[in-house]
Parts: sequence; structure tokens; C-alpha cells
Amino acid sequence: MDFQYFIELFFGGLTRGSIYALIALGYTLVYGIIELINFAHGEIYMLGAFTALLIAGVLGIMGFPAGGILVVAALAAVVWSAAYGYTLEKVAYKPLRGAPRLSPLISAIGMSIFLQNYVLLAQTSDYVPFPRLLPEMEFLDAIGVMGPSDFLILVTSTLAMIALSLFIRFTRMGKAMRATAQNRKMALLLGINADRIISLTFIVGSALAALGGVLIASHMGQVNFGIGFLAGLKAFTAAVLGGIGSIPGAMVGGLVLGIAESLTTGYLSGNYEDSLAFGLLILILIFRPDGILGKAKVQKV
Amino acid sequence: MKKSITWIAAALVSASLSAPALAAETIKIGVQGAHSGDLASYGVPSLNAAKIVIDEANAKGGVLGRKIELVAQDDQCKPELATNAATKLISDQVVAVMGPICSGPTNASLPLFESAKLISVSPTATTPALTLEGAHPLFLRTVANDLAQAELTSSYILNVLKARKVAYVHDNGEYGKGFATQNRNILEKGGVETVLFEAITPDAVDFSPTIRKLRRVKPDVIVFGGYQPAASKLVQQMRRDRVKTTLVGPDGVKDETFLKMTGKDSEGTLASYPKDTSSLAMYKHAREAHVKEFGSEPGFGYYNAYAAMQALLKAIETSGSTETDKLLEALKKNTVDTPLGNLTFNKNGDAAGLGLSIYMAKDGKFVETDHNIILK
Repeated sequence: MDFQYFIELFFGGLTRGSIYALIALGYTLVYGIIELINFAHGEIYMLGAFTALLIAGVLGIMGFPAGGILVVAALAAVVWSAAYGYTLEKVAYKPLRGAPRLSPLISAIGMSIFLQNYVLLAQTSDYVPFPRLLPEMEFLDAIGVMGPSDFLILVTSTLAMIALSLFIRFTRMGKAMRATAQNRKMALLLGINADRIISLTFIVGSALAALGGVLIASHMGQVNFGIGFLAGLKAFTAAVLGGIGSIPGAMVGGLVLGIAESLTTGYLSGNYEDSLAFGLLILILIFRPDGILGKAKVQKV
Repeated sequence: MKKSITWIAAALVSASLSAPALAAETIKIGVQGAHSGDLASYGVPSLNAAKIVIDEANAKGGVLGRKIELVAQDDQCKPELATNAATKLISDQVVAVMGPICSGPTNASLPLFESAKLISVSPTATTPALTLEGAHPLFLRTVANDLAQAELTSSYILNVLKARKVAYVHDNGEYGKGFATQNRNILEKGGVETVLFEAITPDAVDFSPTIRKLRRVKPDVIVFGGYQPAASKLVQQMRRDRVKTTLVGPDGVKDETFLKMTGKDSEGTLASYPKDTSSLAMYKHAREAHVKEFGSEPGFGYYNAYAAMQALLKAIETSGSTETDKLLEALKKNTVDTPLGNLTFNKNGDAAGLGLSIYMAKDGKFVETDHNIILK
């Protein structure tokens, strides 16, 4: 019984952690390339969930089968949010590339507030139900540690992370991204189009966040314009926890944070869930200032 | 700029002080609340109610042979604006105030009203502390305070559901946690075991650890303290993870959106809410007056404000005076026929005579059960 309980909490934390990880990847990718904390990233996640909701609504009326709706809605959300991410960079960050580091940060906060209010006005301030599109999965009942949506989140996010790792590691674009992250000036000299790489980074990060948004919306069954804020903050915590700028770091950070939260709530109390998340961050930063998998960077004086 | 405003205000105050008292001077009643801004939808219905009740009284020749004049002050439900609004009402020499609407501004305004010896009657401020034993002797309200709901829900859990083990989940806010705590206090005295008492973060990406915990402690009933969004999220996730336990919540849960969000998962969810009084003649009268005047159905707190205004006018009439002491005495002595039933005030200033019922979600609707209490 007690072991079973532990396993349940563990998998619950894993589910939540993979969502954090998907969003955290966007923070870390962008930071890795242009050293900017994209505070509007949580809103891209929210936009993903909303887009999926709208598409699912339309397809539902047209009488598509539930599973098909989910796949199409998720794809549409990913494409649409990626377009938002691309535009966001062009509108809010690119003009400020030469500016002091604080300027794009303020611009990011501004975009975050703008996107929230934009959805509030264009859509609704209410919570809206997200249709239930997942089939029952009998074999999961036999194991009894997770439901269909947990399973879907785990599988999808694992696949997405593997795909991202392969992309970064083996494709030309991925190599160019790594080169730009290491040394932008050098990459430019070698003929890499840095602007394109930065755009690509925003597109990839936004697509992952949107995927997270769709998964969590179908998991929780509701969507609201404000869901991006806390999720974004937690994912940012996860990214810093794992070592900001490091891709495996964001994945590990997300999972560690999710599991730690789940176990605290399970064994101590839900009252400490958020305090623990941020307490953990402080602790790790004291002992490993660059995060779990981050590399110490030598400050040039 | 700021300085010149102060000067203008000072000039206005001295002007109003030096104005000669006319024989048939109007009786001014202040209305303070959110009349603009984000929360206007909470305050405007009360303003409408005040207008309607005052117009009706004036059409009949006023009270004590004098016309009633409405003095509205907008505080946008913000405590920092509330002190300004309250100060203006005081300098306008109103005889009493209907409002404020929200609990925060009420808290901020009361010290000012008290030093000016002004009675205020709030239609919608529900924070329990406002009427705690002698805290604010000149403050009254025509709405049940948040603790009154716990009395009803705990008696239902004890006597109808006959639960032995109860879990409490709340959102860590004053309203939600207060509701859960008060239920626990009463139920523990009744011998009910507390198996879980804990907070959830309403915005968390999911509640799965809390659900796992609930599944483990196996409560007979779950008391939920908080508002609709967190409640619907919790119920949905519980049902999906096969936790079939009944959820009992405060009026923040009895909301159309809750039903819309949870669909058939809402089945059996219980919530406390004011008794349905729509069959009362006074209710129909008040509703029709609003439809006629404003062309729409009344909004949030309209009937409570209507009742508050009725109580104030009746107190002026029966005491034959606009002095605070006499008004207060009359307010506490009178029984007023309002849209919410026969209203009186108890010694703390809380509304008495109003009813609260348990509502149960059934086939996508909240249905009133016959389990209710009348506030004392």
C-alpha cells in the first residue's frame, strides 16, 4: 500500500514535471542563444491551449472522431503558437537587440501582460471547458498508477524531448543553433545567419510550450487566459534549477521540480507546495549556482 | 495639482458647513461602492437598488415630509479609494451610508464612519471579522457572513450525510480557509474525524498529489473552501481519478460556470446559498421595478441592497429622526418586509431572518433542498 502510494505520487510528479520541462525548454533555448528571459513564454503556452480549444470546438461540430480532433488540434496549436513566438521575437525583441539587457526584459514583461489581456478581450475572462477527447485505456487500470491523460503526457513529452535532442544534435540547423549559443560572433563569421537561428529558437520553444498547453488542457479539462502565469513561473524555476541554457538541464529541472512538489504534497502538506518549489531553487543555487547541469561560466572582466 | 485639490476640497467643505439649514432640507443618504472599474458589476446593481427605493419613497412624498437625496461615491472596491469616498460622504453630511460593497473597502472606511458617528449598512460585505463582537457597533449588513454558511453545511454533513470522516481542502484565501476551518471546528465538536486539512494552489497545473492523498485517506465527505474555478478543476480531476466522494462547498461554488465546466461530474455536489425567495411579493416587486427602470434583470447584490435601503428608510420613519443613536435603535428594533424575507438585525449587526439553503447539483442544475437555516 505504501509503496503503491509512493509510486502514484512519483508518477503524478513525473506528469507535472514533464509539462514543466516542455515549457522550461523554451526558456532555456532562448536564454542559451540571446541570454534573454522570455517572460512572455508562459503566455505562448496559454495561447496553445486556447488555439487547441477553438480548433477542437470547430472540428467537434463538424463531427470528427475524438482522437483525430486531439491530434489535429494539437498540431494546429503548435503551428499557430510557433507563429506567435516568431512574431513576438520580431516585434518585441529584435529591435532591442543592441539595447542594454534590461530593455528586452521589460519588453518581455510587457508582451506577457499584453498577450494575457489580448486573450481576455478577444476570447473571454471566464474559465472555459476543454472537451474530453481521450479514449479510455483499459490496460492502465490494471497498473492503476495513472490515468489516460497522465500516460499521454508522459509519452508525448518524452517523444518531443527525444526529437528535440536529435534535432539539436544531428541536423544542420541544430548544429548552427549550438554554434550560435557557444559564440554568436564566431558563428556569424562562419556564415551562420544568426537572425534565422534566433527566429528558429523562438519557433521551436513556442511549439514545445504549445504542446504542453494542449496536453495540460486536455488533462485538466479547463482553460483560462491566466493559466500561463504560474505555469510559466514554475517552468522558469525548473529551467534555472536545471541550469539555464542547458537543454538536458531543463528536462531534469522540470522533472525534479514536479516530483519534489508531488512528494511534498503527498507526504507533508499541500500548503508547502509552492514554498518548496522556490525553497528548492534557493538551496540548489546556493550550492550549485549554475543549476544541476549548468556549466560554470567564467565572467570576463 | 494635489495641493490645489486639497484647497478645493477644503473650500467645498467649508461651503457646505456654512450653508444655512433650510426648513425642508433633503435627507441625504450615501451610497458607496464600485460604480466603475473592474468590479463595477458588483456595485452598480446596489446603486440601482438605492435609486429605485429612494424614487419610490420620494414619489410618495418622501420620509418625515422631506425628500431623500442619493449621494453616490465610487470606491471601485479599492481600499485606497474607499477612504476618499468615505471622507467625501462625511463632508456631504449624509445621515447614513448604504455600503460599501466589498469587504476590503468596508474595513478601510469604517474607522472614518465611526469617528463621524455614521451608520453604514453593507449589502454584500461578507468577511466575518466586520461584525465580530462589538468590533464595529455602527456597522450592519443585509447579507449572511461567511461563517453562517459553515453552520448550515456542517449541520447537513452531520445530520443528513451522517459522515464520520471528513477531508477539508481550501484555497488558502480568507474566504475559503475560513469556511473550511469553521466547518472543521463545528464538525470536530460533533465527533467527526478530520482525515485531511490542506490547501491547494488554485492556479497549479494539476491537483494530482492532493487527489492521490484523498484517495488514500478515504473521507466520507470533502469540504471545499474556495471559489468556482478551483472547485470545478478539483471535481473534474477527482472524478477522472475515480474518487467519487461528495464535495460540499460555500456559495462561491454555486455558480453556473461550475456546472458548465464539470458537466455530469458535478452530479451530487452540494453548496450553500441564500434561500430562493423569488416567490415573495416584495421580490417580484423589486425585480419588476428594476426591469422597468433599467430594462434588464437585476445583478449581483441587488436584493440585498434593496433590503438595506428599505431598512434605512424605515428606521428614519419610525424613529422620526436622523440622529445616529435613534436610527441605530430603530434599525435593530424594526422588522422590514424585504425581497429576502422579513429582515431584522442581531446585536452584532448581522442580518437575521434571512434563510440559507443547501443546493444540490442534479442533471446540470443546482436544486434547492429542504435543508435550510434561518439566520439569527
